[in-house]
Amino acid sequence: MADNIKNYTAQDFKSDQEVKWCPGCGDYAILNAVAKAMPEVAKTAGIPHERFVVVSGIGCSSRFPYYVNTYGFHGIHGRAAAIATGMKVANPELSIWVTSGDGDSMAIGGNHFIHAVRRNIDLNLLIFNNQIYGLTKGQYSPTSEFGKVTKTSPFGTVEYPFRPGELVIGARGKFFARSLDIEVALTQQLCEAGAAHKGMSVIEVLQNCVIFNDKTFAKFTATKELRQEKTIILRHGERMIFGKDNNKGLRLNGFELEVVTIGENGITEDDILVHDAHNPNPSIHRMLVDMEGPDFPVALGIIRDVQDITYDDKVCSQVADIQCNCQIHSVDELLNSGNTWEVK
Amino acid sequence: MDQSNKVELEDVVIRFSGDSGDGMQLTGTLFSDASAFSGNGISTFPDYPAEIRAPQGTVAGVSGFQVHFGSSKMNTPGDYCDVLVAMNPAALKANACWLKKSATIIIDADTYDEKSVAHAGFSTSDPFTELGIQDYNIIPAPITSMTKEALAEVDLDLKSKLKCKNMFTLGICFCLFSRPLEHTEKYIDAKFMKKNPEVAKANKLALKAGFNYAANTHAFANTYEIAPADLPKGRYRSINGNQAVAWGFIAASEKSGRPLFCGSYPITPASVILEELAKRKDLGVKTMQAEDEIAGICTAIGASYAGNFAVTTTSGPGLSLKSEAMGLAVITELPLVIVNVQRGGPSTGLPTKTEQADLLQSLWGRNGECPLIVIAASTPSDCFDYAFIAGKLTMEHMTPVLLLSDGYLANGSEPWKIPSMKDYPAINPPIVTKTEDGGPFMPYKRNENLARGWAFPGTPGMQHRIGGLEKDALKGSVSHNPQNHQKMVDTRAAKVAKVQEFIPEQTVIGDDKGDLLVVGWGGTKGHLLTAVNTMRAEGKNVSLCHFNYINPLPKNVGDIFKNFKKIVVCELNSGQFADYLRMHFQEFEFLQFNKVQGQPFTVVELKDKFNSLLG
Repeated sequence: MADNIKNYTAQDFKSDQEVKWCPGCGDYAILNAVAKAMPEVAKTAGIPHERFVVVSGIGCSSRFPYYVNTYGFHGIHGRAAAIATGMKVANPELSIWVTSGDGDSMAIGGNHFIHAVRRNIDLNLLIFNNQIYGLTKGQYSPTSEFGKVTKTSPFGTVEYPFRPGELVIGARGKFFARSLDIEVALTQQLCEAGAAHKGMSVIEVLQNCVIFNDKTFAKFTATKELRQEKTIILRHGERMIFGKDNNKGLRLNGFELEVVTIGENGITEDDILVHDAHNPNPSIHRMLVDMEGPDFPVALGIIRDVQDITYDDKVCSQVADIQCNCQIHSVDELLNSGNTWEVK
Repeated sequence: MDQSNKVELEDVVIRFSGDSGDGMQLTGTLFSDASAFSGNGISTFPDYPAEIRAPQGTVAGVSGFQVHFGSSKMNTPGDYCDVLVAMNPAALKANACWLKKSATIIIDADTYDEKSVAHAGFSTSDPFTELGIQDYNIIPAPITSMTKEALAEVDLDLKSKLKCKNMFTLGICFCLFSRPLEHTEKYIDAKFMKKNPEVAKANKLALKAGFNYAANTHAFANTYEIAPADLPKGRYRSINGNQAVAWGFIAASEKSGRPLFCGSYPITPASVILEELAKRKDLGVKTMQAEDEIAGICTAIGASYAGNFAVTTTSGPGLSLKSEAMGLAVITELPLVIVNVQRGGPSTGLPTKTEQADLLQSLWGRNGECPLIVIAASTPSDCFDYAFIAGKLTMEHMTPVLLLSDGYLANGSEPWKIPSMKDYPAINPPIVTKTEDGGPFMPYKRNENLARGWAFPGTPGMQHRIGGLEKDALKGSVSHNPQNHQKMVDTRAAKVAKVQEFIPEQTVIGDDKGDLLVVGWGGTKGHLLTAVNTMRAEGKNVSLCHFNYINPLPKNVGDIFKNFKKIVVCELNSGQFADYLRMHFQEFEFLQFNKVQGQPFTVVELKDKFNSLLG
């Protein structure tokens, strides 16, 4: 740990600005989780406060930079991933956090999102997924469920939603994790893991919009017991066990996942899959991100965490390698290189 | 050997044309380089189709490259050609309109069979009579068969051998204009020797064979000498506009000490800037080929916030896509240069042709009150200077600059006296590493030029937030206050207007007062200058006022205009700069001369227009 890294607290990362999200909005919990994660990241990775940057696009989630006391850039709709990519390439020493929503990252910014994931540039990208457009007051989003009735779909949507995790894996992503806004400790943990991961980390937080899409996740989050029964928190190296009695698990049946009960039909704990987040093969990770009710629990925690080369490292190492062995060191040398002739 | 007469000429225009796969761009470039080495003044212009390999032998697939060389500085690639190389009947058909009366036409006689002539769209079997050029100086050289024969001993397949046809043709032209082969041979060795020595050998053999063929067969009644131009002493290189823009940015980066970042998406005719910058990792340049035009500019904005000198390069359609992000750069008051290499529009338009029709879009094509500094380069080599100046202005004044180039400048090349970086001014961005009073950093606190401070992430104690929402005039927190918005809008405009104090006064070529003032801007300078200089030599009272600084305009423009009886604004659009001048100078009448054909002006048509205005 470098000498200039203080023991920061969450307070060091909160700004003096008045937070203007609606009362009861899930974003408050995410802000708390991030403000708690940043001091830990600073300590663990030896990153001083001034190297933290929060970048956003447009939407409720994108007001985030004003509420944290770091360097901040509030961009334009959908473009946060591109803006953050330029920052990281310009200065790879920065710890860059992108906050975005399902509209920002999955709709207008979908192209930047998949390409940032594909490049595996070292950013931490949080998607506050509330399955609705909040700041424009209640239109459906690309993650709204099929048939969702909203202001712009008064008779229900007629299109399937994106699943952000599936998109990450489809774009050859290396890190994907999922949390709930109310699980502040889990969100904090995932933010720390995402920051520790070298490369693009996508963290989806299922976030309740109290005004335009209230209780949309209630069917698996409303009570603690429901959460135990209807979600599973995955941990690398541990068996995929869940349920209030800790007796349900996931196993592979042929090429499909299935939910089984330990102690029934001869199933023992040994039959339950062990989560391997580090497996480069994404097949099981993809099945995990796709799980949903009523038959399956919703997967939370770190679903995929695979190390690979990162874009920012390669950009810098390519420049360094070429500079080691080059003939041209200044503009004057450049201008005089190649074919030139003298007029006497 | 050569028994023909040597005739001395002042200047010559030669146009190489053939299928887009015939290698005419390279042939033209090598001819131009060899002439530059011989000390001639040069100006070149490639004229090629948007398709990479359109159907062979059709007019749509014809690619051309024109070289104007002579014993003085050449300001244009020439209107009409003295010599046309037409590798097939389609090339002849496409380029016949560019022939001077009694021009020399070198054809590959092997390709003028009945089938090819018909394929090129001729209705008779005699294309020359059909075009009315049968009395021109037609040199039917059997280029295909002679190339095959010359390479009989070379160990290559027939297809590879036939690729050397262009070198045979170049050899013929070198003989005609008494050029040395040495420079081209060196180029061939450098290009092919390592990869495939047999290919290098074949190309050199074909080149020599072409030269000898022309000399031995007395193909030409005369050969020509063009004396070296009386150019200022010094070391020269050939440079095109795109390369010059790229290098100008690297120069601004070196002078400012800010690393160069280019975020771009390939688009004709701007891609070469990104390609040139991508080569320059030796000078620490970072380039990103982004996923789209929007990401190109947004990565650049991010890099600028992080403290790099950031640029993004594009052409018309791409500029449209970047509009919203340009507004973001304006409101965040970050340095950024956007290059627009204009092409024919609207929409996809004419991707490979030149035009100046993006001027008003560049000035105003954004939502809100959103002023930018707009400057325009005017020759292939001065693209270097204006790219450098764009970098200086954007970093010192903390506001984006839009640099206009066009397809003609981008692809055209000319000899350039290599400058020394010690002759270029320093660039001093207002970088902030600590505040005067030790308090928090105020992102919108301004210096005497209204530029705000540039504090990079990573600097302790300077943490701040900026973004696309209107900001408090000092602190950078969001403000919806009506008076604050008025103040910020006014300040951003005043900051751009104040740049007028930092740009040179407008100059006039010719007399300061007179009958006719020709006004132009950007890439038309060479043609306007040639027309005006020729007319002045003929005793006509005409002057040229050519603009590089568009927004803000230089402060003395009104004083220039008032001294002329007539003012004619010439541009390759329907009158955009004329309208802009009318907005600023309602007291003058602005006549117009406009052309929107995807082609540069010709000196001939300019002179006709000016003579008619002089009455």
